[in-house]
Amino acid sequence: MPGRLARELMTAELAVFFGLAIVAVLSAGAMLISQNSVYSALFLVINFMAVAVLYLLMNAAFIAMVQITVYAGAIMVLFLFVIMLLGAQRVEIRPSLAWQRPAAIGLAVALVLQFGFVLFGKPAGAGIEPAFNPEHFGSPASVGELLFRQYLVPFEVTSILLLAAMVGAIVLSRAEKPT
Amino acid sequence: MTIPVAYVVALSGVLFALGVVGVLVRRNAIVMFMSVELMLNAANLAFIAFARARLALSGQVFVFFVIAVAAAEVAVGLALLVSIFRSRQSIDVDLVSSLKG
Repeated sequence: MPGRLARELMTAELAVFFGLAIVAVLSAGAMLISQNSVYSALFLVINFMAVAVLYLLMNAAFIAMVQITVYAGAIMVLFLFVIMLLGAQRVEIRPSLAWQRPAAIGLAVALVLQFGFVLFGKPAGAGIEPAFNPEHFGSPASVGELLFRQYLVPFEVTSILLLAAMVGAIVLSRAEKPT
Repeated sequence: MTIPVAYVVALSGVLFALGVVGVLVRRNAIVMFMSVELMLNAANLAFIAFARARLALSGQVFVFFVIAVAAAEVAVGLALLVSIFRSRQSIDVDLVSSLKG
C-alpha cells in the first residue's frame, strides 16, 4: 500500500538523518579531543563527509559534490600538508587563564540551549517542510543557471578573491632573501 | 522531504558550538583553524536546510560562495602559519603575543 510504504520511507530517512547526525557530532568531538593533529584532521574529514551526505538528503546534490571535492578533498589535504610540514606537534599546554576551559564549555552549552529554545520552544519553530519534491532542485544545471544569471557579479568577484589568495599564499610563504 | 528543518538547524547549532569550544580551548593553531572550518561548515548546513525548506536555490548558491571563500582563507591562513612557525619553531598561539601590552 502506498501509504504504508511512504511511512516506511519516512522512518528510514529519519533514521539515516540521526545516524549521520551522530557521526557528525562524534567526529567533531573527537577532532577536538584528539592530541594528535593528524587524527584531528582525519576526524574532520569524516565530519565533512557526513555533512555532505546530509546535503544529499536535502536535495543539494551539486553542493554535496562541491563539499566533497573542495572541502574534504582540497582544504583538508592542504591542512594535512601543513601538519606534515610543521611536524605533528603535541602542543597541549594548558591555556594561560585557568578558567578559560570551563568558561568556554559552559558558554557553548548555553549557546546550544538557546538554539534549542528558539527552534523547539516557540510555536513557530523554524518553518515548515514543503510537501513535494521539486524536480532538479539542487542539480548542477539549476544552481549553475542561478550562478551565471542572477549572481554573476559575485561569481566573478570570487574568482578575483581566489587570485588574491593565491598571490598572498605564495608571497607569505616565501623564505626571506639573504641580503 | 520529511526531515523537519528544526532538527537539521539544531544539528548545525551543535556543530557550531563544538567549533566555538575548539577555538577557545585548544592552543594548537592548526586545530584552532580546523575548528573555524567546522563553524563555517555548520553555517553551510543551516543554509542548505533553509534553502530546502523555502525552496530557494539562493541558499545553495551562497553555500557555494562560502566554500570558495573558506578555501581562500585556508590558503592564506596556513601560509601565515608556516611563516610564523619558521620564525618561532612553535605553533602554540599563547607564544605569539609580542603585541601584548
